[in-house]
Amino acid sequence: MTIKTLLMGAVASAALAPAAFAERGADGEVSIIYWQAPSILNPYLSGGTKDIESASLVLEPLARYDETGVMVPFLASEIPTVGNGGVSEDLTSITWKIAEGMVWSDGTPVTSADVKFTADYCMHPEGGCAQAAFFDGVENVEAVDDMTIKVTFNQPKPNPYGPFVGGQSPIIQAAQFADCLGAKAPECTEANFNPIGTGPFVVDDFRPNDVIQFSANDNYRDPAKPAFASVTFKGGGDAAAAGRSVLETGEFDYAWNLQLAPDVIARMESAGKGKAIAGFGPLVERLEMNMTDPSPNLAEGERSTIAHPHPILSDIRVREALSKAIDRELLVEVGYGQAGKVTCDLVPAPEMFAGGDQHCYAQDLEGAKALLEEAGWTDTDGDGIRDKDGMKLELLYQTSTNAVRQDFQALIKQWWSEIGVETELRNLDASVFFGGDPGSPDTFQKFYADVEMYANTFNGTDPQQYLAQYRCGNEPRPASQWQGENINRFCDPAYDALIDELARTGDIEKRAEIAIKMNNMLTKNTYTIVPLVHRGRVSAHANSLGGVKLNVWDSELWNVADWHRVK
Amino acid sequence: MTDHPIPAGSDLEIDTLAALQDKEPPKEPRSQWKDVWDQFKHHKGALFGGGFLIFITLAVLLGPYIWTLDPQKLDIRNKDMRPIYTALWDSTAKVGWGNPLGTDNLGRDMLANLIAGGRASMAVGWAAMVLALVIGTLVGVVSGYFKKADFWLMRFTDLVLSLPILPLLLVAVTLFREPLRANFGPEGGMFILIVSVIGLTSWMQTARIVRGDILALKEREFILAARSIGTTSGAIIRRHLLPNVVSPIMVSATLGLATAIITESALSFLGVGFPSDFPTWGKLLADSVQRMEQYPERVILPGILISLTVLGVNYLGDGLRDALDPRIRGR
Amino acid sequence: MLTFTIRRLILSIPTLLFISLVIFLLLQLAPGDPMAQVPLTVPPEVKEKMREALGLGQPIHIQYLKWIIQFFWIEPQVLVDHWFGTSFAEGKQRVISWQTRSPVMDIVVQRIPQTLWVVGLSYVVGILIALPIGIYSAYRQYSVFDQTGTFITMIGFSIPPFFTGPLLIVLFSVQLGWLPSIYDTTHVVTDWESFKVQFMQMVMPVMVLALQTTAQLSRYMRSSMLDNLGQDYVRTARAKGLKEGVVVMVHVLRNSMIPVITVIALGVPAIFGGAIITENVFKVNGIGQLLLTALFANDIPMVMTLTFIFAILIVLFNLIADVLYGVLDPRIRYD
Repeated sequence: MTIKTLLMGAVASAALAPAAFAERGADGEVSIIYWQAPSILNPYLSGGTKDIESASLVLEPLARYDETGVMVPFLASEIPTVGNGGVSEDLTSITWKIAEGMVWSDGTPVTSADVKFTADYCMHPEGGCAQAAFFDGVENVEAVDDMTIKVTFNQPKPNPYGPFVGGQSPIIQAAQFADCLGAKAPECTEANFNPIGTGPFVVDDFRPNDVIQFSANDNYRDPAKPAFASVTFKGGGDAAAAGRSVLETGEFDYAWNLQLAPDVIARMESAGKGKAIAGFGPLVERLEMNMTDPSPNLAEGERSTIAHPHPILSDIRVREALSKAIDRELLVEVGYGQAGKVTCDLVPAPEMFAGGDQHCYAQDLEGAKALLEEAGWTDTDGDGIRDKDGMKLELLYQTSTNAVRQDFQALIKQWWSEIGVETELRNLDASVFFGGDPGSPDTFQKFYADVEMYANTFNGTDPQQYLAQYRCGNEPRPASQWQGENINRFCDPAYDALIDELARTGDIEKRAEIAIKMNNMLTKNTYTIVPLVHRGRVSAHANSLGGVKLNVWDSELWNVADWHRVK
Repeated sequence: MTDHPIPAGSDLEIDTLAALQDKEPPKEPRSQWKDVWDQFKHHKGALFGGGFLIFITLAVLLGPYIWTLDPQKLDIRNKDMRPIYTALWDSTAKVGWGNPLGTDNLGRDMLANLIAGGRASMAVGWAAMVLALVIGTLVGVVSGYFKKADFWLMRFTDLVLSLPILPLLLVAVTLFREPLRANFGPEGGMFILIVSVIGLTSWMQTARIVRGDILALKEREFILAARSIGTTSGAIIRRHLLPNVVSPIMVSATLGLATAIITESALSFLGVGFPSDFPTWGKLLADSVQRMEQYPERVILPGILISLTVLGVNYLGDGLRDALDPRIRGR
Repeated sequence: MLTFTIRRLILSIPTLLFISLVIFLLLQLAPGDPMAQVPLTVPPEVKEKMREALGLGQPIHIQYLKWIIQFFWIEPQVLVDHWFGTSFAEGKQRVISWQTRSPVMDIVVQRIPQTLWVVGLSYVVGILIALPIGIYSAYRQYSVFDQTGTFITMIGFSIPPFFTGPLLIVLFSVQLGWLPSIYDTTHVVTDWESFKVQFMQMVMPVMVLALQTTAQLSRYMRSSMLDNLGQDYVRTARAKGLKEGVVVMVHVLRNSMIPVITVIALGVPAIFGGAIITENVFKVNGIGQLLLTALFANDIPMVMTLTFIFAILIVLFNLIADVLYGVLDPRIRYD
């Protein structure tokens, strides 16, 4: 029996193999649905994931991350390292070589001038480039010869793979964008909607916020790819409808980012038309504790600033108790299923940087109560809510509007009420909550609440920038127009010293060690950030679509050239 | 009563007087409102509608004292329970008398949620509808009757009609949430905000309709007659115009109630409504749409309640309209 | 009536300018940030640069004046250029969307076909169903037809499209597999076959939308007819020996149309505004979906332009309604 099955499997894979090596365009059309519709195909003018990923069918960087987070060359011939001499010993410059025979879809060769132009385009002070952070610290980009490009940094960069790596900073064609530098960038509608690229597809028709039609690139470097002759890329609707169209009705082949409750996805999958796949990047859903006082009784400009420490949450025992009361396994089960894992770390991936501590895995209501008692919070008037010095243990807990987040709020409120903490819930429109309007009291930066919940992540595989956000003085405050990344208003000179040390350290083992130490300072040592769930990305593809490798480190559509129809 | 029989052959004068006398005791004088009530209680639909509304109002008001489960209480072990009646055809269904209408995906009791949700939805629906109706009728009557006010009031109506609702809401929340929360608590404050926003943005249609009718009515002969005998404008509006525009107002009221209940759910969906753990019918319905195949009762129950309430108001309105129309009355 | 129309048309210009100012101030006051959808991984300094590139740093009155000039002066030139092949607008700054960095009007023009096909058609279907239902229900008040009609339309109205839409999709797309659940905006009707495809993909959204229109209009039609059926002039007309059909369809109907005309006129601008929820549920991606994404992305030029076109239509159609009142009832005079 088993032998027969094995044989059948072998026959099947033998039958499959030719399909993968079919000629270009043999498999007809593939249809992709993103419930957020792409607005523009120039990733430098929009930071939105939908725009970056749709553009990745056309535009390619020198190197990408593969599905395991390892860098692989795309337009470059190899990944420069200190070992092969591509990165200078003092870590201040990196030299890329473009692979032989790379051509744009219009037939002209890709040269170092295009790469240099890309840098000029994004680094132009008036351009408002969304990916400027990738070019941070770049002093000079120089075309050494037609195929060689050298990037010099103004200080040693232990991680020099910022510019031209990953879906966010692909190479654009100098000839097409020559007149679009700086303030003129938005005027080049034609170029922004129909960029000429090196990728497996070219744009036929772009309808902003609606649908894109692509067809196979005749000049693509691999003559056998892509297997599909055309791509329909539809946008709009919601995650449930996108999932339904792939898993239940089979109208589409691939649906992106299905943020749905696990039972809903499982139900859709049971229709048998496709399957959901999950991948894990460093995205963590977390509770952020406000270390400053958000009380509305304080004057405007004083609320949630470091001038007033939080009357309740400044006590680490309260923060620890709040964390202990949470049953993270249940949160994962209710909200994410296979797309979530319990985590106690701010940096849960890549593996090397993950602390892997499990102190928060088990719920401990008794321990939480004991901690609150110890901190002096007791229920003196018998109403079920603890109090101390006439002040009740009441918290305002805010997050953005999203079904799973509201379920989390309800559950966490329940657990907190069991340890005698009264919680007021508030959910806010995501476009206000994540916006930076200094006039609105409801942004996550202003943090006019005691606790807030959202998810954050970092680009690529190196958490240095991410951990550097919690530097003293980087907090949002009136003087900075409420912009800043240190949302908790955390401040510890020892932590700042580690940030500087990490920036100087080149050795990867050492870097991981420092990063884990920093991670622990924010999480289990201080409970400033209370991680809840390590969130994965769930997408779905039809059973008939082969070659999909869900990549969370780069564009999900990074290997669309290898996609094919399973016959 | 024949103690004093009228002697036969008495003279003519007495006969005439007798004929003038009432043969039955005189009826008590009838007030207009009694007539209205008599007509109303013969209208079956109106009695049914009114009865249902009273029932549902009592149910949501007294329900929490009879069914004492806390609607916000999570019981994760008993999540996704089905209503008790599913056991009739599906013996494997997870049911229990503890939760006769089942529980949601976090184990909150459905019956308790429907009761609590009904309180909020009915309160918001009625308050917002009445607010919109009062403003709409006032604007409509004034601009239809007084030519001078017409231009300005109707241009104001155009303005309000063109304002985009979502930014308006966000502005209202930004400006008023904190003071309202400080004065009325998080839920009371939000209630006032939601009712005002829905009421203040949905009176325009009523105003335009009432104005259109008034424009036509005020040229009729009976208004001319009233004016010619010196009736004041206020009296003309009250006694002659308003009773004649009752029926479109009733329709607006019915439609307005449904719209208000549903708009409220859209608001909490956008994160500008009640706190997320505060149930309303619209929100119960909206939250369950994703799971309507597995758990149809979660959409059907609140859906039916909204529909029945709206139908109740509709029939009540029909009955009132008929009762208030003197031409139909007594037919 | 003609002088009234002309006077109102002229007066609507300052009205509209004032409305545009109010909308603009409202959008400025509203909390929100065009950078809200940019991932958190993009640092605040970069976001600040992006805002500057969008022209957000400029004073409010400059932003408003720029929009006014672009909308009232440059966009009409673009239209003239398009029609006559001239080049008045060459090199001038048009109203640019913040999301797409492309001219707003181009996208609006791209979206109009699907909105007209779906929302416009459903409106026509709704009116065509609603008027006969309303008339007959009133004529046979409390008959079985009236009761059933009332029941169905009221249930239809009180169940929101965010429920009926997915319900139809589950029924007809998932269970039965008859109709597509996602509207293809690129589909072009060329022959009978492609028309059938277009028809199939329009059925569900049109049904959902027409239900709402029908419910609302038929209620107003019925109540207004009821008011008039009891009037003395109806008795007079019958006494004259007029046929019942003439009495109802000419005399009563004409006098009952005023509230119905008001509601229809108020609904026409809403067609342009698109059906936000229904378009989203069926992925029709018309004007409604455009407005919704623009609102969530805080794309102020786009929201401003769409809302303002909406305002123009409201002012225009309310004027048309006022003129129609005069036609229906010659006693109504505005002068």
